[in-house]
Amino acid sequence: MGKKLTRWIIWILFLAGIFLAVSIFSLCIGAAGIPFKKVISIIIEGKGTTEYSIIFDIRLPRIILGLAIGGALSISGVILQGMFRNPLVEPYTLGISGGAALGVCLNIVLGLNRTFGAFSLPVSGFIGAVMVILLVYWLSIRRGILKIQGLLLCGVMISFISSSLIMLIMAVSRTEDLHGIVFWIMGSLEEPNWALIKLALWVSVFGLVISYLFCLDLNALSLGEEEALHLGVNIERTKRLLFIIASLLTGCSVSVVGIIGFVGLVVPHFVRMFVGSDHRILLASSFLAGGAFLIFCDTLARTIISPLELPVGVITGILGGSIFVYAMTKRQVILGEK
Amino acid sequence: MLEIRNLACGYHSKVVLHDVNFSVRKGELLGIIGPNGSGKTTLLRAITKVIKLDKGEILLERKNIWSISLKVLAGEIAVVSQSPPLNHMSVEEFVLLGRIPHYRRSQFLETKRDFEIAQKAMSLTDTLKLKDRPMSEISGGERQLVVIARALAQEPKLLLLDEPTAHLDITHQVGVLDLIKSLNKEFGLTVIMILHDLNLASEYCQRLVLINKGRIHKIGEPQEVLDYQIIEEVYKTVVVVEKNPISSKPYILVVSEEERQRREQRCRGKD
Repeated sequence: MGKKLTRWIIWILFLAGIFLAVSIFSLCIGAAGIPFKKVISIIIEGKGTTEYSIIFDIRLPRIILGLAIGGALSISGVILQGMFRNPLVEPYTLGISGGAALGVCLNIVLGLNRTFGAFSLPVSGFIGAVMVILLVYWLSIRRGILKIQGLLLCGVMISFISSSLIMLIMAVSRTEDLHGIVFWIMGSLEEPNWALIKLALWVSVFGLVISYLFCLDLNALSLGEEEALHLGVNIERTKRLLFIIASLLTGCSVSVVGIIGFVGLVVPHFVRMFVGSDHRILLASSFLAGGAFLIFCDTLARTIISPLELPVGVITGILGGSIFVYAMTKRQVILGEK
Repeated sequence: MLEIRNLACGYHSKVVLHDVNFSVRKGELLGIIGPNGSGKTTLLRAITKVIKLDKGEILLERKNIWSISLKVLAGEIAVVSQSPPLNHMSVEEFVLLGRIPHYRRSQFLETKRDFEIAQKAMSLTDTLKLKDRPMSEISGGERQLVVIARALAQEPKLLLLDEPTAHLDITHQVGVLDLIKSLNKEFGLTVIMILHDLNLASEYCQRLVLINKGRIHKIGEPQEVLDYQIIEEVYKTVVVVEKNPISSKPYILVVSEEERQRREQRCRGKD
């Protein structure tokens, strides 16, 4: 017992260390490189200098947002993979990203963002996401029972439908709108609004805390629904709440930063490879690892061809995918269940 | 211990079980037999609250199981299902999952007691040596023992098993059933198990419940239930019932179609 706890604490400290290192790296590097020593003196000197505003107004918000979104998407992935017992499920599989993107598309095409301001983009994204969540949920309830396979199929189908609708909208929209849509769909951690950043951080930390109430249920669910019931888990309630937590985490993330793929799929697998499949450690480690991973990818995205910025999804896909494939072939384990 | 009264249940609108009435005494080893699709597994699922009842009630120690919370019920009844799940946890982690119903509200980690109970369950089932092996790398027979160890870690009063010997060779079949028998004898654990192999059921169970087409066809000791007329009627198969020379329990022999025809021709030849 003591041994297990020590091992878990070491993992958490290790991942927290990595997260801090990545954050400092991200603070220092950029179009204007600031050495670490200088960062400290700038912080001590206080406001006024250009470097201070670069650090506090440009780089720090991205780091905090990276932690919030990377963490939220990762625990959402952990929850969904645990619940569906399917290693290919990720937060976007349920069609939430498609719904959010559709909401934003409509907003841009109808010109709502010009009337209501930039803040209406995340709001319409969130509304789109919630609509899809409700639709998928409603479609997969049969006789009061949430059918997990139905949930998956509905989600995938709604994903396809919304991406087709987005293409339809893009085909008939004007060039300047097209640019806005594409830019949003590609996803970026650039977010000038502090209130939204704080909101994203709160939501993801809240999601982490709530998901910990279900960590044992998730462990039991890894045996299958009926087995979990035999272990005294109220599976209907648990499935519903887990679905709602995962959906809200994903919905919030997507509506703030757009679609950043791969984090929610790769991070849980990667972390599981090292810390094991016990959700009591998996959730927290995935949160930290997801945050660190996204911040690192974002730092690369804004520095590789600076002053231009690459979409962060490009980096998460290339980097995450290749590291994952490498680790998997090296370790000779098949991940996930079955 | 367990009493089932006028039970009727099924899936959606299709009723699978009708008028099921029987009770299980404390410390009994009861076998459930019957053809495929006769409703045996459905009966187990009704006892564990997986499916709702359409009619009747199930009482566990005189309390209706639907008035007992799932968590409390999981501390009383443990189930060994037909297809044990495959995953990558270690054997010990898997057995420790059986402690989940006994977790206190604010408990996050296993206590020392949980580890001791898991340890004991593994040594009883002779799986302690597999402790750190992943579940996916042990053999089918070992896996079945580990699943039983997990059920024992639940510290149940009633153990339900759904075909614990399926897909096992005779060494493991006998090993698993000997284990169940000794748990029943030494610890007074009440056991209900579904068995397909009538001979194993006859050898190990004190009483048998024969289910056919969702109704109880016969309840009683193996000698009473495993009568050739009853078996031929329920299973629609020609059988010969003999006595096991060692245990003097009934022993069922099947007769192949070819043998049957040869027999008939010989009879006709005599005429």
